[in-house]
Amino acid sequence: MRLSSFERAIDVRRYAGRWSLHAAGHAGRFFFLVVDMFRGLPEWRTYLPRTAEQANLIGYGSLFIVILISGFAGGVTALQTGYQFTGAYPLYIAGGLIAETVILELGPVMTGLILAGRIGARYAAELGTMRVTEQIDALESLGRSPMTHLLLPRCLAGILVIPALVMISNATGFLVGWFAAKQSLGITNAEFTYGARYFFRSFDLWYSGIKAVCFAIAVTVIPCYIGFNTKQGAEGVGRATTQAVVAASVTILLLDVVLAQVLLGK
Amino acid sequence: MIELKHVSKRFLENVVLDDVSLEVRRGETLALLGPSGVGKSVLLKHIIGLIRPDSGEVIVDGLNVAQLGRKELSQLRTRIGYVFQNGALFDSMDVFENIRLGITDETSYRDLKFSYHRVQECLKLVNLQPEVAKKMPAELSGGMRKRVGIARAIAGKPTYLLYDEPTSGLDPVNSDVIDGLIERLQQELGVTSVVVSHDVRGSFKVADRIALLWQAKIRAAGTAEEIVASNDPAVQQFLERDLEMTMLQGGKS
Repeated sequence: MRLSSFERAIDVRRYAGRWSLHAAGHAGRFFFLVVDMFRGLPEWRTYLPRTAEQANLIGYGSLFIVILISGFAGGVTALQTGYQFTGAYPLYIAGGLIAETVILELGPVMTGLILAGRIGARYAAELGTMRVTEQIDALESLGRSPMTHLLLPRCLAGILVIPALVMISNATGFLVGWFAAKQSLGITNAEFTYGARYFFRSFDLWYSGIKAVCFAIAVTVIPCYIGFNTKQGAEGVGRATTQAVVAASVTILLLDVVLAQVLLGK
Repeated sequence: MIELKHVSKRFLENVVLDDVSLEVRRGETLALLGPSGVGKSVLLKHIIGLIRPDSGEVIVDGLNVAQLGRKELSQLRTRIGYVFQNGALFDSMDVFENIRLGITDETSYRDLKFSYHRVQECLKLVNLQPEVAKKMPAELSGGMRKRVGIARAIAGKPTYLLYDEPTSGLDPVNSDVIDGLIERLQQELGVTSVVVSHDVRGSFKVADRIALLWQAKIRAAGTAEEIVASNDPAVQQFLERDLEMTMLQGGKS
């Protein structure tokens, strides 16, 4: 039976089939890219100097924006806590609330999302441009591996630098939150530190660090994969950059839920 | 020696190469002619293993390129220099680093003193001043970029040189300079070369043999005299069109 053009346009099976093939293709290519990266690990003499270069670029470059945004996040958390504290609870609870919110959630997630935009877009655009201008082909034609020259240094740099940035973000959010709580709630230093210590467990920092590493992998590997597989000129680079930021951001949010359930769920 | 045996390649519905067989003998320069978009660059990328054929074999130095593993392919590529159409220079590196990356022997590559001398040697071979080494690719003219691309390709002392449209986008004077360079490198380095082009005049100047890729097949192959004497209407049409262009350019200048 022949379908009319309207019927074809709304044929869900066609879309589902096409989407499934598309997704399977991406999954396969992503898997082999990760395998190729692992295979490149013994060639440390090639990627280590470049990793240091990349770490320097993304670390220093991101420091200001991470401090700025985590400072604001910590401050706003304290101000809103002050708005909700009507005297029914002891003030020291605010110390614990602000510290835990920053360490468990705001520090890693805000930093992850900022870096998905900053580092993810940069990686996808760089690699995408290199792909469409045949620079990656040129590298391969010289018998050199794009994994060890381009992808591994970028991913390793991110995995090293992002957890450090998250810890800086935690510290900034905590300190600014403390200052803002003193202003808005009139909480004393002793009350704030008592509350923060009372609710704090050393696992909280580990949890924040584990989240940071997982987010770092999402922020680096996904944009590298998308940039590396860019097609169709300048338009393709633009599309790859947008896709990289969206995909990395969505992955961070999904990982946030999964990690909370796996590591904190009872 | 490079041999293509019954190579076919298609991208979705588009058949780019259809049962193509071709041989490039040791020490010769073969010009692969054909209209734009016919698949000349695709054929060239098969030789270096950047694209794998759907069927058929690409043999370089007795090795089937499509069946080589990662390491063997990398080793083979160190014997092949590839000059990309737009240079494909690494835009985050200066000219020195670009050419240095062409030194395929890892020990020599890490030796900065050797690298410096080799880069200077390659710049001299392509008629560029030593100061160019400090420039970034964005600071170079089209002709200079092509020459730096050639310098990078020869830095590893390859046995084969593959040129992808080395004169496209250049004015006739710069085209002649590049053609002269290809001829000179062939004589001085004794490499086996494949030059992909749609410039008939330049190809006749540099090549020992010429092949015409037309509608996914090798339509004709032979010396310049044999190609000119061909009765094939497609060959004649291609040659005449370029001859008209040359006359028009000559008339205007």
